[in-house]
Amino acid sequence: MTRHSSNRRRVLPGFKVTLTFTIAGLVLVVLVPLATIPARAISAGPHALLLAMTDSRVISSFRVTLTTAFAAACVNAVAGPLVAWVLVRYRFPGRRVFDALIDLPFALPTAVAGITLAGLYGPNGWLGRPLAALGITVAFTPLGIVVALIFIGLPLVVRTLQPVIEDLDVEIEEAATSLGAPRTAVVRRVILPCLYPAWLTGFSLAFARAIGEYGSVVFIAGNIPMVSEIAPLMIVTKLQQYDYAGATVVAFVLMAMSFVLLLTINALQGWSARRLAG
Amino acid sequence: MSRLTRTPSVAPEIRRLTEPRPVRVALVGVVLLFLSAFLILPLVAVVASALSLGLKSYWTAIREPGAAAALRLTLLTAAIAVPANLVFGVCAAWALARFQFPGKGLITTCIDLPFATSPVVAGLAFVLIFGRNGLIGPWFLDHGVPVVFAVPGIVLATIFVSFPFVAREIAPVMEAAGAEEEEAACVLGARGWQIFFRVTLPNIKWGLIYGVILCNARVMGEFGAVSVVSGHIRGLTNTLPLHVEILYNDYRVQAAFAVASLLAALALVTLVLKMLVERRERQRAA
Repeated sequence: MTRHSSNRRRVLPGFKVTLTFTIAGLVLVVLVPLATIPARAISAGPHALLLAMTDSRVISSFRVTLTTAFAAACVNAVAGPLVAWVLVRYRFPGRRVFDALIDLPFALPTAVAGITLAGLYGPNGWLGRPLAALGITVAFTPLGIVVALIFIGLPLVVRTLQPVIEDLDVEIEEAATSLGAPRTAVVRRVILPCLYPAWLTGFSLAFARAIGEYGSVVFIAGNIPMVSEIAPLMIVTKLQQYDYAGATVVAFVLMAMSFVLLLTINALQGWSARRLAG
Repeated sequence: MSRLTRTPSVAPEIRRLTEPRPVRVALVGVVLLFLSAFLILPLVAVVASALSLGLKSYWTAIREPGAAAALRLTLLTAAIAVPANLVFGVCAAWALARFQFPGKGLITTCIDLPFATSPVVAGLAFVLIFGRNGLIGPWFLDHGVPVVFAVPGIVLATIFVSFPFVAREIAPVMEAAGAEEEEAACVLGARGWQIFFRVTLPNIKWGLIYGVILCNARVMGEFGAVSVVSGHIRGLTNTLPLHVEILYNDYRVQAAFAVASLLAALALVTLVLKMLVERRERQRAA
Protein backbone atom coordinates (compact mmCIF):
# COMPACT_ATOMS: atom_id res chain seq x y z
CA MET A 1 0.00 0.00 0.00
CA THR A 2 2.83 2.37 0.79
CA ARG A 3 4.97 1.39 -2.14
CA HIS A 4 2.99 3.40 -4.69
CA SER A 5 3.19 6.51 -2.60
CA SER A 6 4.94 8.61 -5.22
CA ASN A 7 1.99 8.04 -7.56
CA ARG A 8 -0.55 8.73 -4.88
CA ARG A 9 0.93 12.10 -4.07
CA ARG A 10 0.15 13.13 -7.58
CA VAL A 11 -3.33 11.59 -7.63
CA LEU A 12 -5.00 12.82 -4.43
CA PRO A 13 -5.24 16.54 -3.78
CA GLY A 14 -4.65 18.46 -0.59
CA PHE A 15 -1.21 17.27 0.44
CA LYS A 16 0.43 20.67 0.69
CA VAL A 17 -2.54 22.40 2.31
CA THR A 18 -3.16 19.77 4.97
CA LEU A 19 0.52 19.27 5.76
CA THR A 20 1.13 23.01 6.04
CA PHE A 21 -1.88 23.38 8.30
CA THR A 22 -0.81 20.42 10.43
CA ILE A 23 2.72 21.70 10.88
CA ALA A 24 1.53 25.25 11.56
CA GLY A 25 -0.92 24.01 14.20
CA LEU A 26 1.72 21.80 15.80
CA VAL A 27 4.30 24.56 15.93
CA LEU A 28 1.94 27.24 17.25
CA VAL A 29 -0.10 25.23 19.72
CA VAL A 30 2.33 22.53 20.86
CA LEU A 31 5.98 23.07 20.00
CA VAL A 32 6.43 26.78 20.74
CA PRO A 33 4.70 26.57 24.15
CA LEU A 34 6.67 23.45 25.08
CA ALA A 35 9.94 24.99 23.88
CA THR A 36 9.52 27.97 26.20
CA ILE A 37 9.96 25.71 29.23
CA PRO A 38 13.55 24.56 28.50
CA ALA A 39 14.37 27.98 27.03
CA ARG A 40 13.27 29.79 30.18
CA ALA A 41 14.85 27.17 32.45
CA ILE A 42 18.21 27.54 30.71
CA SER A 43 18.03 31.34 30.50
CA ALA A 44 17.41 31.39 34.26
CA GLY A 45 21.05 30.38 34.54
CA PRO A 46 22.86 27.46 36.16
CA HIS A 47 22.64 29.11 39.55
CA ALA A 48 18.83 29.15 39.55
CA LEU A 49 18.75 25.60 38.17
CA LEU A 50 21.02 24.37 40.94
CA LEU A 51 19.17 26.34 43.60
CA ALA A 52 15.80 24.90 42.59
CA MET A 53 17.04 21.35 42.22
CA THR A 54 18.86 21.26 45.56
CA ASP A 55 15.82 22.53 47.45
CA SER A 56 14.94 19.67 49.76
CA ARG A 57 11.21 20.19 49.24
CA VAL A 58 11.62 19.92 45.46
CA ILE A 59 13.80 16.83 45.76
CA SER A 60 11.31 15.14 48.05
CA SER A 61 8.43 16.04 45.70
CA PHE A 62 10.23 14.24 42.88
CA ARG A 63 10.91 11.29 45.16
CA VAL A 64 7.20 11.11 46.06
CA THR A 65 6.14 11.45 42.41
CA LEU A 66 8.51 8.77 41.14
CA THR A 67 7.90 6.23 43.91
CA THR A 68 4.09 6.55 43.88
CA ALA A 69 3.98 6.51 40.07
CA PHE A 70 6.16 3.40 40.02
CA ALA A 71 4.09 1.65 42.70
CA ALA A 72 0.83 2.43 40.89
CA ALA A 73 2.25 1.29 37.55
CA CYS A 74 3.36 -1.97 39.20
CA VAL A 75 -0.12 -2.61 40.61
CA ASN A 76 -1.61 -1.89 37.18
CA ALA A 77 0.97 -4.15 35.56
CA VAL A 78 -0.51 -7.02 37.60
CA ALA A 79 -4.18 -6.01 37.56
CA GLY A 80 -4.19 -4.83 33.92
CA PRO A 81 -3.35 -8.16 32.26
CA LEU A 82 -5.85 -9.99 34.49
CA VAL A 83 -8.63 -7.55 33.62
CA ALA A 84 -7.75 -7.63 29.92
CA TRP A 85 -7.59 -11.46 29.89
CA VAL A 86 -10.93 -11.87 31.64
CA LEU A 87 -12.63 -9.31 29.39
CA VAL A 88 -11.30 -10.83 26.16
CA ARG A 89 -11.35 -14.57 26.87
CA TYR A 90 -14.23 -15.19 29.25
CA ARG A 91 -17.96 -14.73 28.75
CA PHE A 92 -20.04 -13.54 31.67
CA PRO A 93 -23.11 -11.33 32.11
CA GLY A 94 -22.30 -7.62 32.06
CA ARG A 95 -19.03 -8.12 30.21
CA ARG A 96 -19.69 -5.32 27.71
CA VAL A 97 -20.68 -2.89 30.45
CA PHE A 98 -17.51 -3.60 32.41
CA ASP A 99 -15.51 -3.34 29.21
CA ALA A 100 -16.98 0.10 28.52
CA LEU A 101 -16.38 1.17 32.12
CA ILE A 102 -12.63 0.58 31.74
CA ASP A 103 -12.49 3.94 29.96
CA LEU A 104 -14.16 5.75 32.86
CA PRO A 105 -10.87 7.19 34.17
CA PHE A 106 -10.29 8.71 30.70
CA ALA A 107 -13.76 10.21 30.55
CA LEU A 108 -14.18 11.31 34.16
CA PRO A 109 -12.64 14.74 34.79
CA THR A 110 -9.61 14.35 37.05
CA ALA A 111 -10.95 16.82 39.61
CA VAL A 112 -14.12 14.72 39.98
CA ALA A 113 -12.04 11.58 40.38
CA GLY A 114 -9.92 13.43 42.94
CA ILE A 115 -12.69 14.56 45.26
CA THR A 116 -14.52 11.24 44.88
CA LEU A 117 -11.50 9.15 45.83
CA ALA A 118 -10.72 11.55 48.69
CA GLY A 119 -14.29 11.03 49.93
CA LEU A 120 -14.25 7.25 49.50
CA TYR A 121 -10.91 6.75 51.25
CA GLY A 122 -11.29 9.60 53.73
CA PRO A 123 -11.63 8.87 57.46
CA ASN A 124 -15.43 8.73 57.13
CA GLY A 125 -15.52 7.25 53.65
CA TRP A 126 -17.10 3.94 52.59
CA LEU A 127 -13.65 2.41 52.13
CA GLY A 128 -11.64 4.68 54.41
CA ARG A 129 -13.49 3.74 57.59
CA PRO A 130 -13.10 -0.07 57.30
CA LEU A 131 -9.49 0.35 56.20
CA ALA A 132 -8.82 2.62 59.17
CA ALA A 133 -10.20 -0.10 61.44
CA LEU A 134 -7.52 -2.36 59.97
CA GLY A 135 -4.93 0.30 60.73
CA ILE A 136 -4.48 1.42 57.12
CA THR A 137 -4.70 5.14 56.41
CA VAL A 138 -5.09 5.88 52.72
CA ALA A 139 -6.28 9.47 52.38
CA PHE A 140 -3.72 12.24 52.91
CA THR A 141 -0.77 9.81 52.74
CA PRO A 142 1.43 8.63 49.84
CA LEU A 143 -0.79 5.52 49.73
CA GLY A 144 -3.68 7.80 48.70
CA ILE A 145 -1.57 9.10 45.81
CA VAL A 146 -0.94 5.50 44.72
CA VAL A 147 -4.69 4.74 44.79
CA ALA A 148 -5.46 7.78 42.60
CA LEU A 149 -2.68 6.85 40.17
CA ILE A 150 -3.91 3.24 39.92
CA PHE A 151 -7.33 4.62 38.94
CA ILE A 152 -5.78 6.90 36.30
CA GLY A 153 -3.40 4.30 34.85
CA LEU A 154 -5.62 1.20 34.70
CA PRO A 155 -7.23 1.87 31.29
CA LEU A 156 -3.82 2.52 29.72
CA VAL A 157 -2.58 -0.97 30.62
CA VAL A 158 -5.86 -2.76 29.83
CA ARG A 159 -6.39 -1.00 26.49
CA THR A 160 -2.81 -1.71 25.41
CA LEU A 161 -3.10 -5.43 26.20
CA GLN A 162 -6.65 -6.11 24.97
CA PRO A 163 -5.99 -5.96 21.21
CA VAL A 164 -2.87 -8.10 21.61
CA ILE A 165 -4.79 -10.79 23.52
CA GLU A 166 -7.56 -10.64 20.90
CA ASP A 167 -5.02 -11.18 18.13
CA LEU A 168 -3.21 -14.05 19.86
CA ASP A 169 -2.85 -16.95 17.49
CA VAL A 170 -5.07 -19.67 18.94
CA GLU A 171 -3.34 -22.25 16.75
CA ILE A 172 -0.10 -21.91 18.70
CA GLU A 173 -2.01 -22.57 21.91
CA GLU A 174 -3.69 -25.53 20.24
CA ALA A 175 -0.34 -26.86 19.13
CA ALA A 176 1.15 -26.55 22.59
CA THR A 177 -1.92 -28.15 24.15
CA SER A 178 -2.04 -31.02 21.68
CA LEU A 179 1.65 -31.66 22.27
CA GLY A 180 0.72 -32.27 25.89
CA ALA A 181 1.62 -29.03 27.59
CA PRO A 182 -0.51 -28.40 30.67
CA ARG A 183 -2.47 -25.15 30.69
CA THR A 184 -0.09 -23.47 33.15
CA ALA A 185 2.84 -24.16 30.83
CA VAL A 186 0.89 -22.83 27.85
CA VAL A 187 0.12 -19.62 29.73
CA ARG A 188 3.66 -19.19 30.99
CA ARG A 189 5.62 -20.29 27.91
CA VAL A 190 3.32 -19.39 25.03
CA ILE A 191 0.89 -16.65 26.01
CA LEU A 192 2.91 -14.45 28.37
CA PRO A 193 5.93 -14.10 26.02
CA CYS A 194 3.56 -12.80 23.33
CA LEU A 195 2.28 -10.18 25.75
CA TYR A 196 5.64 -8.84 26.98
CA PRO A 197 6.02 -5.88 24.55
CA ALA A 198 2.45 -4.66 25.08
CA TRP A 199 2.78 -5.29 28.80
CA LEU A 200 5.90 -3.13 29.02
CA THR A 201 4.28 -0.46 26.84
CA GLY A 202 1.23 -0.37 29.09
CA PHE A 203 3.44 -0.15 32.16
CA SER A 204 5.42 2.74 30.68
CA LEU A 205 2.26 4.55 29.58
CA ALA A 206 0.76 4.24 33.06
CA PHE A 207 4.04 5.35 34.65
CA ALA A 208 4.39 8.35 32.32
CA ARG A 209 0.80 9.41 32.88
CA ALA A 210 1.21 9.06 36.65
CA ILE A 211 4.31 11.26 36.76
CA GLY A 212 2.43 14.23 35.34
CA GLU A 213 -0.94 13.61 36.97
CA TYR A 214 -2.30 16.47 39.05
CA GLY A 215 -6.08 16.76 39.36
CA SER A 216 -6.92 13.34 40.72
CA VAL A 217 -4.00 13.39 43.16
CA VAL A 218 -4.09 16.77 44.89
CA PHE A 219 -7.36 16.13 46.70
CA ILE A 220 -6.45 12.77 48.21
CA ALA A 221 -2.74 13.46 48.77
CA GLY A 222 -3.09 15.90 51.65
CA ASN A 223 -0.10 17.71 50.11
CA ILE A 224 2.09 17.57 53.21
CA PRO A 225 5.52 19.03 52.33
CA MET A 226 8.27 16.38 52.28
CA VAL A 227 5.70 13.58 52.67
CA SER A 228 2.89 13.66 50.13
CA GLU A 229 3.63 16.65 47.92
CA ILE A 230 3.98 15.72 44.23
CA ALA A 231 6.21 17.45 41.67
CA PRO A 232 3.35 18.92 39.56
CA LEU A 233 1.98 20.50 42.74
CA MET A 234 5.42 22.05 43.38
CA ILE A 235 5.02 23.88 40.06
CA VAL A 236 1.65 25.25 41.12
CA THR A 237 2.96 26.20 44.57
CA LYS A 238 5.97 28.01 43.15
CA LEU A 239 3.74 29.86 40.66
CA GLN A 240 1.50 31.03 43.48
CA GLN A 241 4.62 32.42 45.18
CA TYR A 242 5.55 34.19 41.91
CA ASP A 243 8.70 32.05 41.75
CA TYR A 244 8.55 31.66 37.95
CA ALA A 245 12.18 30.50 37.64
CA GLY A 246 11.69 27.78 40.26
CA ALA A 247 8.42 26.60 38.70
CA THR A 248 10.06 26.50 35.27
CA VAL A 249 12.99 24.42 36.49
CA VAL A 250 10.72 21.85 38.13
CA ALA A 251 8.60 21.76 34.98
CA PHE A 252 11.72 21.30 32.86
CA VAL A 253 12.84 18.25 34.84
CA LEU A 254 9.33 16.79 34.80
CA MET A 255 9.11 17.34 31.06
CA ALA A 256 12.49 15.71 30.47
CA MET A 257 11.31 12.61 32.36
CA SER A 258 8.09 12.41 30.36
CA PHE A 259 9.90 12.71 27.05
CA VAL A 260 12.44 10.03 27.91
CA LEU A 261 9.46 7.80 28.71
CA LEU A 262 7.70 8.77 25.47
CA LEU A 263 10.80 7.76 23.50
CA THR A 264 10.95 4.48 25.43
CA ILE A 265 7.29 3.82 24.64
CA ASN A 266 7.81 4.54 20.95
CA ALA A 267 10.77 2.14 20.88
CA LEU A 268 8.69 -0.50 22.67
CA GLN A 269 5.84 -0.12 20.21
CA GLY A 270 8.28 -0.52 17.33
CA TRP A 271 9.54 -3.71 18.97
CA SER A 272 5.97 -4.87 19.52
CA ALA A 273 5.02 -4.24 15.89
CA ARG A 274 8.07 -6.13 14.68
CA ARG A 275 7.30 -9.07 16.97
CA LEU A 276 3.71 -9.23 15.76
CA ALA A 277 4.81 -9.02 12.14
CA GLY A 278 7.50 -11.68 12.61
CA MET B 1 -10.41 -37.55 27.37
CA SER B 2 -7.15 -38.49 25.76
CA ARG B 3 -5.34 -36.21 23.32
CA LEU B 4 -5.50 -38.89 20.68
CA THR B 5 -9.27 -39.14 20.48
CA ARG B 6 -9.68 -36.08 18.36
CA THR B 7 -13.12 -35.31 17.07
CA PRO B 8 -13.63 -33.33 13.87
CA SER B 9 -15.60 -30.70 15.75
CA VAL B 10 -13.58 -27.76 17.11
CA ALA B 11 -15.61 -27.26 20.23
CA PRO B 12 -13.80 -29.68 22.61
CA GLU B 13 -10.50 -28.32 21.36
CA ILE B 14 -11.54 -24.77 22.24
CA ARG B 15 -12.83 -25.93 25.57
CA ARG B 16 -9.45 -27.40 26.38
CA LEU B 17 -7.86 -24.12 25.38
CA THR B 18 -9.12 -22.33 28.40
CA GLU B 19 -8.50 -22.52 32.10
CA PRO B 20 -10.36 -25.00 34.34
CA ARG B 21 -13.75 -23.74 35.43
CA PRO B 22 -12.83 -22.97 39.07
CA VAL B 23 -9.90 -20.85 37.87
CA ARG B 24 -12.16 -19.01 35.42
CA VAL B 25 -14.78 -18.32 38.06
CA ALA B 26 -12.13 -17.14 40.52
CA LEU B 27 -10.48 -14.85 37.98
CA VAL B 28 -13.78 -13.33 36.87
CA GLY B 29 -14.71 -12.83 40.51
CA VAL B 30 -11.44 -11.12 41.40
CA VAL B 31 -11.56 -8.87 38.35
CA LEU B 32 -15.19 -7.88 38.86
CA LEU B 33 -14.51 -7.12 42.52
CA PHE B 34 -11.50 -5.01 41.57
CA LEU B 35 -13.40 -3.13 38.84
CA SER B 36 -16.38 -2.59 41.13
CA ALA B 37 -14.20 -1.13 43.87
CA PHE B 38 -12.15 1.04 41.55
CA LEU B 39 -14.67 2.10 38.89
CA ILE B 40 -18.27 1.56 39.98
CA LEU B 41 -17.97 2.54 43.64
CA PRO B 42 -16.60 6.03 42.78
CA LEU B 43 -19.53 6.62 40.42
CA VAL B 44 -22.02 5.59 43.09
CA ALA B 45 -20.19 7.75 45.63
CA VAL B 46 -20.51 10.85 43.41
CA VAL B 47 -24.28 10.43 43.18
CA ALA B 48 -24.67 9.56 46.87
CA SER B 49 -22.61 12.55 48.00
CA ALA B 50 -24.40 14.88 45.61
CA LEU B 51 -27.77 13.82 47.00
CA SER B 52 -26.62 13.56 50.63
CA LEU B 53 -28.54 16.71 51.61
CA GLY B 54 -31.59 15.91 49.54
CA LEU B 55 -32.81 16.80 46.07
CA LYS B 56 -33.54 20.39 47.00
CA SER B 57 -29.98 21.32 47.95
CA TYR B 58 -28.83 19.41 44.86
CA TRP B 59 -30.89 21.72 42.65
CA THR B 60 -29.76 24.79 44.59
CA ALA B 61 -26.09 23.86 44.13
CA ILE B 62 -26.50 23.30 40.42
CA ARG B 63 -28.48 26.46 39.79
CA GLU B 64 -26.48 28.95 41.82
CA PRO B 65 -24.93 31.76 39.74
CA GLY B 66 -21.35 30.52 40.19
CA ALA B 67 -22.22 27.10 38.80
CA ALA B 68 -24.21 28.59 35.93
CA ALA B 69 -21.29 30.88 35.00
CA ALA B 70 -18.89 27.94 35.17
CA LEU B 71 -21.17 25.88 32.95
CA ARG B 72 -21.37 28.73 30.41
CA LEU B 73 -17.57 29.06 30.33
CA THR B 74 -17.11 25.30 29.96
CA LEU B 75 -19.58 25.24 27.05
CA LEU B 76 -17.90 28.25 25.43
CA THR B 77 -14.48 26.61 25.75
CA ALA B 78 -15.79 23.40 24.22
CA ALA B 79 -17.48 25.35 21.41
CA ILE B 80 -14.09 26.76 20.41
CA ALA B 81 -11.66 23.98 21.33
CA VAL B 82 -13.54 20.99 19.89
CA PRO B 83 -14.07 22.44 16.37
CA ALA B 84 -10.47 23.72 16.34
CA ASN B 85 -9.13 20.27 17.15
CA LEU B 86 -11.59 18.67 14.74
CA VAL B 87 -10.29 20.75 11.82
CA PHE B 88 -6.71 20.12 12.86
CA GLY B 89 -7.31 16.41 13.36
CA VAL B 90 -8.89 15.91 9.94
CA CYS B 91 -6.05 17.83 8.24
CA ALA B 92 -3.38 15.90 10.11
CA ALA B 93 -5.04 12.55 9.41
CA TRP B 94 -5.36 13.33 5.71
CA ALA B 95 -1.70 14.32 5.44
CA LEU B 96 -0.48 11.38 7.53
CA ALA B 97 -2.74 8.61 6.23
CA ARG B 98 -2.77 9.50 2.53
CA PHE B 99 0.79 10.57 1.77
CA GLN B 100 4.35 9.44 2.36
CA PHE B 101 6.85 12.14 3.15
CA PRO B 102 10.09 12.51 5.08
CA GLY B 103 9.59 13.44 8.72
CA LYS B 104 6.22 11.72 9.00
CA GLY B 105 7.26 9.78 12.09
CA LEU B 106 8.47 12.96 13.71
CA ILE B 107 5.12 14.67 13.14
CA THR B 108 3.26 11.67 14.57
CA THR B 109 5.44 11.80 17.68
CA CYS B 110 4.97 15.57 18.00
CA ILE B 111 1.17 15.16 17.84
CA ASP B 112 1.45 12.84 20.85
CA LEU B 113 3.49 15.33 22.89
CA PRO B 114 0.48 16.84 24.72
CA PHE B 115 -0.37 13.35 26.03
CA ALA B 116 3.13 13.00 27.43
CA THR B 117 3.11 16.45 29.01
CA SER B 118 1.84 17.07 32.52
CA PRO B 119 -1.20 19.37 32.30
CA VAL B 120 0.45 21.62 34.88
CA VAL B 121 3.54 21.98 32.67
CA ALA B 122 1.27 22.87 29.74
CA GLY B 123 -0.44 25.54 31.80
CA LEU B 124 2.90 26.93 32.90
CA ALA B 125 4.07 27.15 29.28
CA PHE B 126 1.14 29.42 28.43
CA VAL B 127 1.78 31.53 31.52
CA LEU B 128 5.41 31.93 30.43
CA ILE B 129 4.34 33.10 26.98
CA PHE B 130 1.25 35.18 27.71
CA GLY B 131 1.79 36.17 31.35
CA ARG B 132 2.54 39.68 32.60
CA ASN B 133 6.28 38.95 32.40
CA GLY B 134 5.94 36.58 29.46
CA LEU B 135 7.28 36.68 25.93
CA ILE B 136 4.33 38.37 24.25
CA GLY B 137 2.01 38.75 27.23
CA PRO B 138 2.74 42.48 27.74
CA TRP B 139 1.87 43.21 24.10
CA PHE B 140 -1.54 41.55 24.50
CA LEU B 141 -2.12 43.38 27.80
CA ASP B 142 -1.26 46.71 26.14
CA HIS B 143 -3.89 46.00 23.53
CA GLY B 144 -6.49 45.26 26.17
CA VAL B 145 -6.62 41.49 25.59
CA PRO B 146 -5.46 39.66 28.70
CA VAL B 147 -4.75 36.02 27.84
CA VAL B 148 -3.57 34.49 31.08
CA PHE B 149 -6.06 34.64 33.98
CA ALA B 150 -8.70 35.17 31.30
CA VAL B 151 -10.82 33.18 28.86
CA PRO B 152 -8.34 33.12 25.90
CA GLY B 153 -5.72 31.41 28.07
CA ILE B 154 -8.25 28.80 29.20
CA VAL B 155 -9.22 28.08 25.60
CA LEU B 156 -5.57 27.85 24.46
CA ALA B 157 -4.53 25.54 27.30
CA THR B 158 -7.58 23.37 26.61
CA ILE B 159 -6.77 23.14 22.90
CA PHE B 160 -3.24 22.07 23.84
CA VAL B 161 -4.25 19.20 26.14
CA SER B 162 -6.91 17.83 23.75
CA PHE B 163 -4.84 18.39 20.61
CA PRO B 164 -4.05 14.73 19.74
CA PHE B 165 -7.51 13.18 20.22
CA VAL B 166 -9.20 13.56 16.83
CA ALA B 167 -6.06 13.05 14.74
CA ARG B 168 -5.14 9.90 16.65
CA GLU B 169 -8.62 8.42 16.28
CA ILE B 170 -9.16 9.01 12.58
CA ALA B 171 -5.67 8.55 11.12
CA PRO B 172 -5.75 4.75 11.67
CA VAL B 173 -9.36 4.53 10.42
CA MET B 174 -8.42 6.43 7.27
CA GLU B 175 -5.40 4.24 6.77
CA ALA B 176 -7.47 1.08 7.21
CA ALA B 177 -10.08 2.31 4.70
CA GLY B 178 -7.38 2.65 2.05
CA ALA B 179 -7.10 5.28 -0.65
CA GLU B 180 -8.52 3.29 -3.57
CA GLU B 181 -12.03 4.73 -3.43
CA GLU B 182 -10.71 8.27 -3.17
CA GLU B 183 -8.34 7.70 -6.06
CA ALA B 184 -11.21 6.35 -8.13
CA ALA B 185 -13.28 9.45 -7.30
CA CYS B 186 -10.35 11.62 -8.23
CA VAL B 187 -9.80 9.90 -11.56
CA LEU B 188 -13.52 10.25 -12.28
CA GLY B 189 -13.14 13.99 -11.90
CA ALA B 190 -14.25 14.73 -8.35
CA ARG B 191 -12.65 17.75 -6.76
CA GLY B 192 -10.98 17.86 -3.35
CA TRP B 193 -13.99 18.73 -1.20
CA GLN B 194 -16.25 16.39 -3.17
CA ILE B 195 -13.85 13.52 -2.51
CA PHE B 196 -13.71 14.38 1.15
CA PHE B 197 -17.42 14.77 1.78
CA ARG B 198 -18.70 12.00 -0.48
CA VAL B 199 -15.99 9.33 -0.10
CA THR B 200 -13.71 9.95 2.87
CA LEU B 201 -16.22 11.25 5.39
CA PRO B 202 -18.66 8.32 5.11
CA ASN B 203 -15.71 5.94 5.61
CA ILE B 204 -14.28 7.62 8.68
CA LYS B 205 -17.60 8.79 10.14
CA TRP B 206 -17.59 6.61 13.24
CA GLY B 207 -13.94 7.13 14.02
CA LEU B 208 -14.50 10.85 13.67
CA ILE B 209 -17.51 10.83 15.99
CA TYR B 210 -15.56 8.77 18.51
CA GLY B 211 -12.60 11.16 18.36
CA VAL B 212 -14.86 14.18 18.85
CA ILE B 213 -16.59 12.52 21.83
CA LEU B 214 -13.28 11.78 23.55
CA CYS B 215 -11.93 15.22 22.71
CA ASN B 216 -15.04 16.85 24.14
CA ALA B 217 -14.81 14.85 27.37
CA ARG B 218 -11.23 15.94 27.86
CA VAL B 219 -12.02 19.55 26.93
CA MET B 220 -14.89 19.87 29.38
CA GLY B 221 -13.06 18.03 32.15
CA GLU B 222 -9.59 19.53 31.91
CA PHE B 223 -8.38 20.63 35.30
CA GLY B 224 -4.59 20.93 35.74
CA ALA B 225 -3.71 23.10 32.75
CA VAL B 226 -6.79 25.29 33.11
CA SER B 227 -6.19 25.65 36.84
CA VAL B 228 -2.75 27.15 36.19
CA VAL B 229 -3.85 29.69 33.56
CA SER B 230 -7.26 30.61 34.97
CA GLY B 231 -6.39 32.63 38.07
CA HIS B 232 -9.57 31.27 39.69
CA ILE B 233 -11.65 34.40 39.29
CA ARG B 234 -15.14 33.45 40.41
CA GLY B 235 -17.86 33.97 37.85
CA LEU B 236 -15.27 34.94 35.22
CA THR B 237 -12.59 32.30 34.70
CA ASN B 238 -14.02 29.27 36.44
CA THR B 239 -14.84 26.23 34.39
CA LEU B 240 -16.95 23.45 35.88
CA PRO B 241 -13.97 21.41 37.18
CA LEU B 242 -12.47 24.54 38.77
CA HIS B 243 -15.83 25.36 40.32
CA VAL B 244 -15.89 21.87 41.83
CA GLU B 245 -12.47 22.51 43.36
CA ILE B 246 -13.49 25.88 44.82
CA LEU B 247 -16.64 24.47 46.41
CA TYR B 248 -14.69 21.51 47.79
CA ASN B 249 -12.00 23.74 49.30
CA ASP B 250 -14.76 25.93 50.80
CA TYR B 251 -15.97 22.80 52.64
CA ARG B 252 -19.19 22.85 50.60
CA VAL B 253 -18.70 19.17 49.87
CA GLN B 254 -22.28 18.36 48.86
CA ALA B 255 -22.40 21.30 46.44
CA ALA B 256 -19.04 20.25 45.01
CA PHE B 257 -20.37 16.74 44.38
CA ALA B 258 -23.59 18.12 42.91
CA VAL B 259 -21.61 20.00 40.26
CA ALA B 260 -19.25 17.03 39.93
CA SER B 261 -22.26 14.81 39.20
CA LEU B 262 -22.90 16.87 36.05
CA LEU B 263 -19.36 16.08 34.89
CA ALA B 264 -19.75 12.43 35.88
CA ALA B 265 -22.95 12.31 33.82
CA LEU B 266 -20.98 13.74 30.89
CA ALA B 267 -18.41 10.97 31.37
CA LEU B 268 -21.15 8.31 31.37
CA VAL B 269 -22.75 9.77 28.24
CA THR B 270 -19.29 9.65 26.65
CA LEU B 271 -18.91 5.98 27.54
CA VAL B 272 -22.39 5.08 26.28
CA LEU B 273 -21.80 6.91 22.98
CA LYS B 274 -18.49 5.10 22.67
CA MET B 275 -20.24 1.76 23.19
CA LEU B 276 -22.80 2.64 20.50
CA VAL B 277 -20.08 3.72 18.06
CA GLU B 278 -18.18 0.49 18.65
CA ARG B 279 -21.31 -1.58 18.15
CA ARG B 280 -21.91 0.21 14.83
CA GLU B 281 -18.35 -0.54 13.79
CA ARG B 282 -18.71 -4.22 14.70
CA GLN B 283 -21.95 -4.43 12.71
CA ARG B 284 -20.30 -2.75 9.75
CA ALA B 285 -17.35 -5.11 9.95
CA ALA B 286 -19.62 -8.16 10.16
